[in-house]
Amino acid sequence: MIEVRWHGRGGQGAVTSVELLAVSAIAAGKYAQGFPSFGPERRGAPVAAFTRIDDKKINVRSGIYEPDIVLVLDSSLIGLVNVIDGLKPGGKIIVNTHKTPEEIRKDLNFNGSVATVDGTGIARKEMGVPIANTTMIGALLKVIGIMGLDAMKESVEHRFGRIAQKNLNAMKRAYDEIKILN
Amino acid sequence: MGKRVGLEVTVAVAEAVALCRIDMAGVYPITPQSHIAEHLSTLVADGKLDAEFVTVESEHSAMSAVIGSSGAGARSYTATSSQGLMLMHELLPIASAMRLPITMAIANRAVSGPLNILNDHSDIMPQRDAGWIVVFAENGQEAIDLSIQAFKIAEHKDVMLPVSVNIDGFQLTHMVEPVEMPTQEEVDQFLPPFVPHATLHPARPVTMGAFAMSDYFTEIMKAKDEAVKNSKKVILEVWDEWEKMFDRSYKPVETYQADDADVLLLTMGSMGETAQLAIDELRAKGVKAGLVKLRLWRPFPFAEIKAVVKNAKKLIVTDRAVSFGGPGGPVFSEIKSALYAETQRPTIYNYIYGLGGRDVTVHDFVGMFEKIIADTGNVAADTYVFWGVRE
Amino acid sequence: MTLKSWKELPIGCVVSDPGSASEYHTGSWRSQRPIWDDAKCIKCGICYIFCPEGCVQQSEDGFFKANMDYCKGCGICAHECWPRAIKMLEEG
Repeated sequence: MIEVRWHGRGGQGAVTSVELLAVSAIAAGKYAQGFPSFGPERRGAPVAAFTRIDDKKINVRSGIYEPDIVLVLDSSLIGLVNVIDGLKPGGKIIVNTHKTPEEIRKDLNFNGSVATVDGTGIARKEMGVPIANTTMIGALLKVIGIMGLDAMKESVEHRFGRIAQKNLNAMKRAYDEIKILN
Repeated sequence: MGKRVGLEVTVAVAEAVALCRIDMAGVYPITPQSHIAEHLSTLVADGKLDAEFVTVESEHSAMSAVIGSSGAGARSYTATSSQGLMLMHELLPIASAMRLPITMAIANRAVSGPLNILNDHSDIMPQRDAGWIVVFAENGQEAIDLSIQAFKIAEHKDVMLPVSVNIDGFQLTHMVEPVEMPTQEEVDQFLPPFVPHATLHPARPVTMGAFAMSDYFTEIMKAKDEAVKNSKKVILEVWDEWEKMFDRSYKPVETYQADDADVLLLTMGSMGETAQLAIDELRAKGVKAGLVKLRLWRPFPFAEIKAVVKNAKKLIVTDRAVSFGGPGGPVFSEIKSALYAETQRPTIYNYIYGLGGRDVTVHDFVGMFEKIIADTGNVAADTYVFWGVRE
Repeated sequence: MTLKSWKELPIGCVVSDPGSASEYHTGSWRSQRPIWDDAKCIKCGICYIFCPEGCVQQSEDGFFKANMDYCKGCGICAHECWPRAIKMLEEG
């Protein structure tokens, strides 16, 4: 089972992303859960959202305390929130930033695997908005490698209609442009 | 065959309710139930569900509206949570006394105060004696299956009682997970049209909810009690039929690794599967641990409970509500009463846990087992304990 | 009247016999009765409108009287009658 914790701010679409990813994984025949950090929703406040994906039925319904992957949608949260809290030994962190993995490693004082991609820059170019939630799904799929980008097509089209292709293009660019430092 | 899809559980429940071809929904939104209200409203607005969506101004009005609508012979649905359920409280026994087969989803949430929006069972427990049939779902699939079954049970001519389907707030309601959604054809085949026992119609006037004094009140209460007790026969029939049609089994009490267990843990609601993982962990260490899952809260399944616990040495009952200054959590009290006259029964312990959304992990359940197994003096059995409370 | 057992009650205690409340003769509650003075009555019908029991009826000649099987003697008709055509008279 892969457990992912997403860090973002209220309004940046972390919950939408975990939903899209879970729906797509389920459509691809896998078992998945997507859920928000339970509680009130406040725009701008730091929020977390969670994804579990497995090949067999998922029984656990508790929160995720020791994620395999942490995905940071907004790099301004680094320093504000302990994003590597509970990260499993061998766990990986993916950050939406224009910085290099080496710089993030230093910022976090972290020795594990770090991947970075300028998700906001890509989103701005591909979609004209600085919202990188769907873009970063591409980055995540590259790192976890359990299914291809094509698995996202149906749910993204269902959700976004005529702007779906722009989201898919942004996802593809993040998938291709992510820099991984193991 | 239905389609396997990933859906948020509240949305899945609303879709399932729409497949039941409801005539009317009277719903007031409240966290964590709101997505049920929103999605039903959307389905009606988009012309996908031919029903009257009544935008009531409170939950008291919601329950009043579905009582009126059910009395008029319409298949009527509502959903609520926490404070909303508390506001409905005075009407719940009226709905059951009038024998109106309303169905309601309850997205279980802690009751104020202090204000809290997260999950526990303190909203449903005060409604225990309202004369409703009460079932609990453990996962998203069960939430939709029970929602569909609820109409068939409620509207059966030998039942004619309201049913509440309890779905733990957030842990269940806000989870996107895989569910198999039955097709419209399957639901149509399973669920016959609603035939009311009486209807309000200007051409055929009747009086519903008439006044009754001491000369009749006792007889009316007895009749209602018999109706609730007798509903179990129909509930079992409907669940058998469901299993034949959909290959998913529903029982008033379900078990996991319980047959040879020395120590049993009992849960109700969404934590059952998480507790199963604790059983796996303990079994791997050679501990004979087992799980009992209570699905049917009313009518209470006395015989089934007695049968599954009789060979265990210890039984840990978990509660997600408090009966302040009482004999223990509400589930614990019920289990104790059920076993009082039994000569062979386990020592019964009670943990109050998961209040106001306090997360419960596999580790918590393992901890409960370890504490109780270590208790040789039956110390904890004398009272109830708040699991994980900071001293 | 024999009281029914719980088994004999209709489901939900629905009363399917419309108008069965007319079996209750509330006229026995009355300690005073309304008397109409048709010489003062202008046939406005305000007594008919205000009677909470619905027992005031108009006769063929246009004047009003109460059905004494149901009149509780509340006096609202007399109170509302502005030509003062109704007087309340002690029973017995």
